[in-house]
Amino acid sequence: MEATGMDNRRMAQMLLQIQQLEFTALELNLFLDTHPDDQQALAMFNKVHQDLMQCIRNYEQFCGPLLNFGFSPALQNTWKWAELPWPWELKY
Amino acid sequence: MWIYEKKLQIPVRVSGPNPRLAKEVLTQYGGPEGELSASLRYLNMRYSMPTSRAKAVLTDIGTEELAHMEIVGTVVYKLLEGASIEAIKAAGLDGHYATHDSALFWSDPNGVPWTAAYVSATGDPVADLHENLAAEQKARAVYENLICLSDDPCVTDVLRYLREREVVHFQRFGETLMQVQECMSQKRFY
Ligand SMILES: [Fe+2]
Repeated sequence: MEATGMDNRRMAQMLLQIQQLEFTALELNLFLDTHPDDQQALAMFNKVHQDLMQCIRNYEQFCGPLLNFGFSPALQNTWKWAELPWPWELKY
Repeated sequence: MWIYEKKLQIPVRVSGPNPRLAKEVLTQYGGPEGELSASLRYLNMRYSMPTSRAKAVLTDIGTEELAHMEIVGTVVYKLLEGASIEAIKAAGLDGHYATHDSALFWSDPNGVPWTAAYVSATGDPVADLHENLAAEQKARAVYENLICLSDDPCVTDVLRYLREREVVHFQRFGETLMQVQECMSQKRFY
């Protein structure tokens, strides 16, 4: 079934939150690769990790799996992984 | 091992079909300073790095470059979506269309196919990290050229983001080079 416009907007909105948190985590990850003992960066990384995981869990409940190969649960009664729009198809 | 995350690193919007801009942006998909070259260069270079930290930087930046490849592919895909044959001809993309229709292909805007010769690996960590510093600067310069060419503000936003990432990668590779040189200059006794 095609997602409705409303669902699409909600999905894009939830993805945006994930994109923001994951970008922060990625940036801290790269920084820590060359500054491995920076305690402030380590603490920020762990905080962002927690918020990111929460956002991903919310997305998985509302939309479906974000990750393949067992990193996301199949919470709906159909295999949503193959059904949700692909990243290059998402309309805003 | 890589896990796929079904999302782009950032949202990508375009204002409408624009085959001319698609043709230009294609250079960061399959051109010499493009994201395919970047990701493969770094992921390939991990094996011959002397320190665990350098391997981490190459793994993580190489992985981010794969995400950038997907962003650039999405920009090209969306700019070609709904483009008329007349517009494709006017943009000089008819050569691409004849062979590939609106499929993506690893080439530069002039149809020159991607080649592994764009990627270098000497096995000398200092030489290879300098290669990466140059690659990041060249990618930044190409994004600036594309920003000058872009007439779609949505695409310009994406190009500005990707340009900024090259600046950050340059910074991290610079720190990595200093750490590797420090490690290699330490006297070893056997
Ligand atoms: Fe880069």
